[in-house]
Amino acid sequence: MSHRGALGVQNIFAGATLFLRRANQIYYSTPVSILFMKRIFTGGFLAMCFVVLPLCAPSNAHAATEICSTSAAASSPIAPNGPTILPNIFDPHGPAARMIHDLSWLVLGICAGLFLVVEGMIFYGVLFYRRKKNDQSKDEPRQVYGSNPVEIAWTIIPLLIVFVLALTTVRTIRSIELTEAPAGALKVVAIGHQWWWEYRYMDDSVPGGEVVVANELHVPINRPVWLRLESADVIHSWWVPALAGKMDVIPNHTNHTWFTAETEGLYLGQCAEYCGNQHAGMLLRVIASKPAEFDAWLQTQVAPTVNDTAVAMGRDIFQEYACSNCHTVKGVSDGQFAPDLTHLMSRQTIASGVAPLDPTTLRAWIENPQALKPGCNMPSLQLDPQELNAVTAYLLTLR
Amino acid sequence: MTPQEISMTSIPHTHLIPSSAPSRGKVGMACLIFAECWFFAGFIVAYLFYIGKSSSGPLPREVIDIKPVLVNSAALIASSFTVIAALRGLARSNMGSFRFWMLLTIVLGGYFIYGTAMEWKGFIVDHHLTISTNLFGTTYYSLVGFHAFHVIVGLCLLTAILVLSLMGHIHVVRDHLRVELVSWYWHFVDAVWIVVFTTVYIVGMRP
Amino acid sequence: MTTAPIHPTSETSIGFGSRVHSWVISVDHKKLGMMYIGVGLLFFVIGGLEATLMRLQLLKPLNDVLTPHGFNQMFTMHGTTMVFLVGMPVLLGFGNYLIPLMIGARDMAFPRLNAFGLWLFIFGGLLLYYSFIGGDGLYGMGGAPDVGWFAYSPLTSKAFSVGHATDYWILGIMVSGFGSMTTAINFMATIVCMRCPGMTFMRMPLFVWLMFTVGILVLLALPVLTGAQVMLLFDRFLGAHFFDPQQQGSVIFWQHLFWFFGHPEVYILILPAFGMICEIIPVFSRKVIFGYPLMVAATLSIAFISLGVWVHHMFSVGLPPWLNSIFAASTFLIAVPTGMKMFNWIGTMWGGNIRFTVSMMFATGFLVMFLFGGLTGIMLAVVPFDWQLSDSYFVVGHFHYVLFGGTMLAVFSAVFYWFPKATGRLLSEPMGKWTFWMFMIGLTLTFFPMHLSGVLGMPRRVYTYQPGRGFELWNLISSSGVPFQIVGVLLLVTNIIKSLINGRVAGPDPWDAWTLEWATSSPPPSENFPKIPTCTSPRPLWDRKHPEDPDCFYE
Repeated sequence: MSHRGALGVQNIFAGATLFLRRANQIYYSTPVSILFMKRIFTGGFLAMCFVVLPLCAPSNAHAATEICSTSAAASSPIAPNGPTILPNIFDPHGPAARMIHDLSWLVLGICAGLFLVVEGMIFYGVLFYRRKKNDQSKDEPRQVYGSNPVEIAWTIIPLLIVFVLALTTVRTIRSIELTEAPAGALKVVAIGHQWWWEYRYMDDSVPGGEVVVANELHVPINRPVWLRLESADVIHSWWVPALAGKMDVIPNHTNHTWFTAETEGLYLGQCAEYCGNQHAGMLLRVIASKPAEFDAWLQTQVAPTVNDTAVAMGRDIFQEYACSNCHTVKGVSDGQFAPDLTHLMSRQTIASGVAPLDPTTLRAWIENPQALKPGCNMPSLQLDPQELNAVTAYLLTLR
Repeated sequence: MTPQEISMTSIPHTHLIPSSAPSRGKVGMACLIFAECWFFAGFIVAYLFYIGKSSSGPLPREVIDIKPVLVNSAALIASSFTVIAALRGLARSNMGSFRFWMLLTIVLGGYFIYGTAMEWKGFIVDHHLTISTNLFGTTYYSLVGFHAFHVIVGLCLLTAILVLSLMGHIHVVRDHLRVELVSWYWHFVDAVWIVVFTTVYIVGMRP
Repeated sequence: MTTAPIHPTSETSIGFGSRVHSWVISVDHKKLGMMYIGVGLLFFVIGGLEATLMRLQLLKPLNDVLTPHGFNQMFTMHGTTMVFLVGMPVLLGFGNYLIPLMIGARDMAFPRLNAFGLWLFIFGGLLLYYSFIGGDGLYGMGGAPDVGWFAYSPLTSKAFSVGHATDYWILGIMVSGFGSMTTAINFMATIVCMRCPGMTFMRMPLFVWLMFTVGILVLLALPVLTGAQVMLLFDRFLGAHFFDPQQQGSVIFWQHLFWFFGHPEVYILILPAFGMICEIIPVFSRKVIFGYPLMVAATLSIAFISLGVWVHHMFSVGLPPWLNSIFAASTFLIAVPTGMKMFNWIGTMWGGNIRFTVSMMFATGFLVMFLFGGLTGIMLAVVPFDWQLSDSYFVVGHFHYVLFGGTMLAVFSAVFYWFPKATGRLLSEPMGKWTFWMFMIGLTLTFFPMHLSGVLGMPRRVYTYQPGRGFELWNLISSSGVPFQIVGVLLLVTNIIKSLINGRVAGPDPWDAWTLEWATSSPPPSENFPKIPTCTSPRPLWDRKHPEDPDCFYE
């Protein structure tokens, strides 16, 4: 075959060694060189990504449709300052997500290169070796049974490429998958329930030792957060793409993950492992704020339960009906199956981020949870309108 | 000339290698045994994986009495040799010898099942260990139970052969291969027992 | 064996009832193979309808075409159907039809076992679908299973899956799995024992090699799934604790067992497609397959490595770094033999004289789409990247490129290629070209945007999504691809029916091909060959057509 001269085994090895050395050099040098790689392979498939990803960017602007602006003053400790950060894996705001992001450009680059080369070969073959329109001859083309040098080449070259990928992969795994908490980390236990999240701040720095909240995780910026992941029922997965890759939340198997939020704002994500009916309604919200604001928020969470005598009727209903079997309000009830409501009004959302927390929605939710989040575990207690008003009024006092 | 004729005239006959393939029955049985191995592998891995993880008793060391199990195992392993003897008898057309060794094989296999049944009875009645008691019960009953199930299937096949031979339906030339295939299955059941025995009664007994 | 009549008895003289009867009682590998493919394509339509409902629900955010429970049933049944009731039977059906013809045998090694396998598969499928009416059980709960096609515990335990939906899932798949295992045993015995004189292993058509490898994988993977399902049944009915976290049972153990089956299963679904492509590309390029021995070696190494990659479905489970690293490495490694195959196909086209029939168009479509799916697969093997991508829509996009863009396009290619052999009539080429373009447009529209919504953070298996996260446009485009695919399916069905009635008569060898199935009439007589053929090279008919330059001189 004519390839025989061009692709000697020696040439292949020389080229491959060069490629290997170059690729290693690129990866092990500064991140700037990854940008370089990025520039090299910006074509084909990548170009499509480039065209379409900016197209998504405007949605940042109208992300206000996302429930984030319901609370009144920006200075209030419960409202996030800063933007809503969408769950885009190419918009990292923390070291773990950024390491993955940099690696993913290298991988995308290599794959895009392979894609262009091989797809080019296919199309070249299709265009140049198709039978001509008027070709009626019965002659068969030359039969080529194979070519050792060529076949060795397309065995060795992919081997070298995947060798480079394997090395970089292992390296990144080792720097992201930590076995113990980073120094100075805030320690929080995240517990997945069907279909909501419970967070327990188990840190020495937390006044009173333990703070329990539901669905909205508040963290200080620029401080590592070490999450211990546990499940109360089935497998869930904790995934806030802008902060870190996902980690499964598994019953009888404790996992850990960590992240550092570098930007103030509201980070969105959602459960990433199918967990039953309302898997789609198990949204994740992480609110990152300046350390002082975080401490202020923490103070609101350790404050004693508000006990307003004006809404005593609502509290009595809460205690007498089934509400108290599942929900905790410190000093009133100690149910364990549903979100802790002691400081309910310090949150922006209910039903694990599915609905905004305002009086109307809260009342509708208590009246018939199944209408708002079909299949969820909260039953409708068939309260009459008066009772509904009373319970809603009571809950609205729980600041 | 037809295509066939062309091929016969123009191709040197040295290229026509005569096929010397094994019997399809043997290949089929080998494949079945291969598949069964992977089925058992799942349960053996489950047993090994859950050793020492039971959250409550009774534990293997508290309930297992190794002596009757050794006798059982000896019976099952011996039955592998008796089935070979039976096949020899069949190959020599000595139907008396064939029937005698088949009967002995069935008796030995039957004794193994009896022994397993007695062991289970002891566990269930005396130690209150069932499949739902703990992980040991779960993995033990399913692994040993599936093995016993395979022994029973083997016994049914062997008994069918014995009955057919007593009725005069077993012919040396026609049926030798079929009986041999059943003996393969029987050897497989035996070999699985050696692995199960090692798993349950040796590895599983370690503190 | 006696010489069979060359022409089958004319079936038009027989009544409809007895014709059905003749199919039901048939042990002929050709009829069984066609029934496998026919029933598989029927389930393909059902699974497609389920997917259509899902795409309707996801057309816009917070849509309410389906209830959450309804949606969860749809994706469970869609996945289970497509893997177990479409992929496996259609591919095993092609194996059934073609293996004896390609190796010059009169039938499979165990014809009755073959029929048994087919009916097990059909009844397994019916059992699974009976759950729609029978899943209510005694508890008034359930309906179709809603636990996902990989049915992660503890979602499948009695506590979280009340009623009998999950039991139907277990038993339906188990029964059809037994059918697949008997078929695999049959393949192995047929290929090892029934080859015609002269057909050594290294002269077998590559399709037969691939099916041989698939046989090994089926025999090795499906029993593990069956074992795991038995454990699950014990958990559900006998109170065992295999996957019960309350009693220290491990839910990850289910994942290990399932994916130890599941990854070879992926290769069970793609290797036969490789086999079809290995037959079709050479014939339409008019060139011998490039690097036959390397193709065989690549096939065997894919099968071998596929046993050691299952943890790449579990990178986000929180396994130790060393384990993740090992499985990442093995997953990268499996890309190498797959790449060799890709290059060898291109090498075959290179320098050829390519005739773009519909079959060849689908085969080229396979190359294009499968390459894309393979490369996104490499991305998923990069563990940290996978921590972001796994369980997102990116994965959904990836495996649809591989299984629809790969397997199903190869199956369509094979349908156009072997339909004339099975029926004696050619499918319509113009209509086929429309089908091809409808599928190419539909596939790209539906599955490419899924990669993007995954990258933007959309998890898979969600019955709805929130507005304002950037998912809307991509889901809209995804759903807009569905009509194209529906038109494609309708065109294909019309084409088949029309060609059966008045298609152009094909003759024994319409493509001027080289393997033994083209040496007999179309459709082949009931025992395939009037006289058992002999084989001198991987392309026996090439040797006969080119006695001056036969393949056997180059062996």
